[in-house]
Amino acid sequence: MAQAPALPTGFELPLEPRLPRIGAVDAVALEERAASLAKRSIKKDAKVFALELAIRTTDLTTLEGADTPGKVAALSSKAIRPDPSDPGIPSCAAICVYPNLVPAARERLRGTGVKVAAVATAFPSGQYPTAIKVADVRSAVELGADEIDMVIDRGAFLSGRYAKVYDEIVQVKEACGDVHLKVILETGELGTYDNVRRATLLAIAGGADFVKTSTGKINPAATLPVALCMLEAVRDVHEETGRRIGFKVAGGIRQAKQAVQHLVLVHETLGPDWLTPDLYRLGASSLLNDILMQLRKGKTGVYQSPDYFTLD
Amino acid sequence: MSELDRPPGATPAAPRDWTYAPAPESRDVVRIAERYGHFVGGQWLEAAETYETISPSSEEPLALVGQGTEQDVDAAVGAARSAFANGWSALPGSERAKYLFRIARILQERSRELAVLESLNGGKPIKESRDVDLPLAAAHFFYYAGWADKLEYAFANRRPRPVGVAGQIIPWNFPLLMLAWKIAPALAAGNTVVLKPSHTTPLTALLFCDVLRQAELPPGVVNIVTGYGSTGAALVKHKDVDKIAFTGSTEVGKWIQSEVAGSGKRLTLELGGKAANIVFDDCALDQAVEGIVNGIYFNQGEVCCAGSRLFVQESIYEPLIAKLKRRLATLRVGDPLDKNTDVGAINSREQLEKIASLVQSGVDEGAEIYQPPCRLPEKGFWFAPTVFTNVAQSYRIAQEEIFGPVLSVLTFRTPEEAVEKANNTPYGLSAGVWTEKGSRILWMAQRLRAGVVWANTFNRFDPTSPFGGYKESGFGREGGRHGLEGYLRFDE
Amino acid sequence: MSRLPVKKTYKLYIGGAFPRSESGRTYEAEGQNVARASRKDARDAVRAARAAQPGWAAATAYNRGQVLYRLAEMVEARVPEFAELCSGHGEVEQAIDRIVWYAGWADKLPQVLGGANPVAGPYFNFTIPEPTGVVAVLAPDEPPLLGLVTRLLPPLVGGNAVVAVASESRPLAAVELAEAVATSDLPGGVVNLLTGFRKELAPILASHMDVNALDVCGADGDTPELERLAAENVKRVVHGRADVQSPWEIASFLELKTVWHPIGQ
Repeated sequence: MAQAPALPTGFELPLEPRLPRIGAVDAVALEERAASLAKRSIKKDAKVFALELAIRTTDLTTLEGADTPGKVAALSSKAIRPDPSDPGIPSCAAICVYPNLVPAARERLRGTGVKVAAVATAFPSGQYPTAIKVADVRSAVELGADEIDMVIDRGAFLSGRYAKVYDEIVQVKEACGDVHLKVILETGELGTYDNVRRATLLAIAGGADFVKTSTGKINPAATLPVALCMLEAVRDVHEETGRRIGFKVAGGIRQAKQAVQHLVLVHETLGPDWLTPDLYRLGASSLLNDILMQLRKGKTGVYQSPDYFTLD
Repeated sequence: MSELDRPPGATPAAPRDWTYAPAPESRDVVRIAERYGHFVGGQWLEAAETYETISPSSEEPLALVGQGTEQDVDAAVGAARSAFANGWSALPGSERAKYLFRIARILQERSRELAVLESLNGGKPIKESRDVDLPLAAAHFFYYAGWADKLEYAFANRRPRPVGVAGQIIPWNFPLLMLAWKIAPALAAGNTVVLKPSHTTPLTALLFCDVLRQAELPPGVVNIVTGYGSTGAALVKHKDVDKIAFTGSTEVGKWIQSEVAGSGKRLTLELGGKAANIVFDDCALDQAVEGIVNGIYFNQGEVCCAGSRLFVQESIYEPLIAKLKRRLATLRVGDPLDKNTDVGAINSREQLEKIASLVQSGVDEGAEIYQPPCRLPEKGFWFAPTVFTNVAQSYRIAQEEIFGPVLSVLTFRTPEEAVEKANNTPYGLSAGVWTEKGSRILWMAQRLRAGVVWANTFNRFDPTSPFGGYKESGFGREGGRHGLEGYLRFDE
Repeated sequence: MSRLPVKKTYKLYIGGAFPRSESGRTYEAEGQNVARASRKDARDAVRAARAAQPGWAAATAYNRGQVLYRLAEMVEARVPEFAELCSGHGEVEQAIDRIVWYAGWADKLPQVLGGANPVAGPYFNFTIPEPTGVVAVLAPDEPPLLGLVTRLLPPLVGGNAVVAVASESRPLAAVELAEAVATSDLPGGVVNLLTGFRKELAPILASHMDVNALDVCGADGDTPELERLAAENVKRVVHGRADVQSPWEIASFLELKTVWHPIGQ
């Protein structure tokens, strides 16, 4: 995979065509385009395709202070077999947990193909010295995480210290080794779509395998316009350099309808190549049951009740 | 490991291609009669001569409608005059207002029904008729309702009075919306009207008559006579019409202007255009591409103010064109009633032939044509979204209004050059400017000889916003306070 | 044997809900027990108005016009009830028509009250009206319905939120109007209605530091004192008349903002 060159200091527009121009994003037009794509009417087998893809790309998540090995084991079972009554339903892509719970997840997921993603870098705030955050990553990798979800330093970003943000990503990537890195921008704190675009390109330049919208701990999180903004940046990187960077939405996606809308955004911005867990993830927890309810409604023709789907 | 933990076999590799299933809006919501007459004096007059109106996406016949004769037009003008003289103009503005508010509300309530009919009869995607045409039509009536009893505030010290009977001729590209643009201000100002819809798209106007019945509008205030150009000509020539309002081609507009010369008839014209859509290198690029696409493929490009000449600053040319071509490939051309359709059918065989002919001229004159791969249906009138690059200012595709989904791309280097080239046309309806620099937007807007300038957006309409052209794009404005002017006489 | 009707309880209208006075007090008016609002109720009403005002101002003018038109629809549906609480059908019909009249101004104000200014330099300069914020209104005693409507609609059309003190002697029409407001799509808190003793409530609102404007129409002889209290936070004081209809009434509750931007390449 081609390596993007280090960014010049001051985050000025590079003159060589190895990174896309940073440019501006018009908020009104972006939001209109997102709203227009959200109106796509996805029915019947197109809907089933989307819902099954959503499950297949889900990072089933629990990130609570109260998480225990028991809770994580139960969630892992759910990720392996979301609907015990329907073996045709695929497994999720991964479980997403805090580092301490990685061993419990690994234990339950052994041999299943479902990955363990760990959040690290003093998730969710990132407001700790770099050394601590990098050590956090190293220990998560040692505990057996297959994927690391890091947060960027928003304080540094918003005060214009882009080089610090960039350097941290580079160091985290190094600490990951072969482990796959997702970089969380926490778009809800960045203020403008211009900043979201800038942060996306910065993260990719720093070595992100995936760029991710949010920690899921604040609102707003993965809105459709923010996702579209990031997808356009990912598209530009692909056009300029040939690199395919993955994209993960997380936070606030509770209904199957929203998941389908997000997939439409990916489909119509990046094309079908990104419709795979290798390049797309959906971080969620309660979403899974809503998708299962929609799938069962599709099969039976009747509206469902949450009572019939397990809470893990 | 328990039964529940066993993986359900290898999860099959995800099939990558995602085809959207058909998502048709149901036709059941609208009932189309087999045959319509003319709506005159609050009654349906049997039409002596009729013709067939069809659905351009399938060529399916929809109904027989009247081919209005001189007698039909005369009866309609008579009914309008009678309604004007016997009450409508003397009715307090606040009462006229309440009729218009009723019409606005009923349009909102019957919005889906009218939207489906509009798409069926005209070819535009249901997404547009449902989300643009119908809401704007209702909003137009709502806005002008509020002016009906406030005319003295709109024109202080001018004693505004209605002109009398207005003859109104509208085009086929936004049939119901154009009807709203004409009827709402006319009625608010106290006039009565005779409206002739375009011959290919009479049905929403005819269904609108049922809205008038529900609103209990007094008979004769609005009269609708359908037919071909000859019906419109009869209306233009009629001696008892005080004012003509026309939206359509520049060619016909010029004929009308010469026809009413010397007659004392008031006139407003909204004619053709060849808008320049100007993109600077500091634009928000992806959003500019959306704006370009919206500017020329919205409503299949069958829009007088379409951004049909794209001027790209040379410094951004390569990336912009690459993005544009890629974006074209995601446009969904198909059944207008499918909710996922982006580009619908061309309105008529006649229009399709015009487009094809001009596109051929582009190829013949040496421009480079690009059309995304597109499976067009066999029946009906269809044209794939098209982009011409390497276009010279003198080519027919850069000079003449195509009125179809065909974009001509030219380049420029400086703002001055852009303005010069943009203004270098007999038309002057609209223009677009794409740049993140506010001062440049205002500088360009100041210099562009166009009645509507869109900055960082395109094809935006609102009943409060005056719309109309410079030069051969016509005169008079529709929308806003200024939109009332054409329908009033002022005794200074 | 004739049927015993269920008697209505006449409560306050604050934040879209109908609470009793937090003081638990009522007073007798027009033969009914009517809530007697306290200073704390007034405080709560201002808080509700402040919370609701930004959303109302941010709605499109078209939307505000439609919502106010729907208020007219709701009043029209209750003509017999209203007629009994004021001078009769004539007053109710006038009130409805006045609501419709004002509703139609919502999307026209900047076209009449604002505009582009031809400054002597390469600048684009324009003036637009904006709502002042929270408006306290003292409704007149007469006419009981039309008077309240006449003072309520102008601030509303412009995007303000209102705390209105009903006529003390004839409050029932006001309470009925609050019920129409509650079914009209007007968001809770945009209109708040207090019934009670004007001499208790007016000074609270006149001196409240988070009220932007005061309409002293129903103040009677207390106006000078209320004007003095209003000076503390430079409230806009409007001497509203009970039966008038004009866009300048709306303008009294609007601020004017002028914006400059250079014109250049």
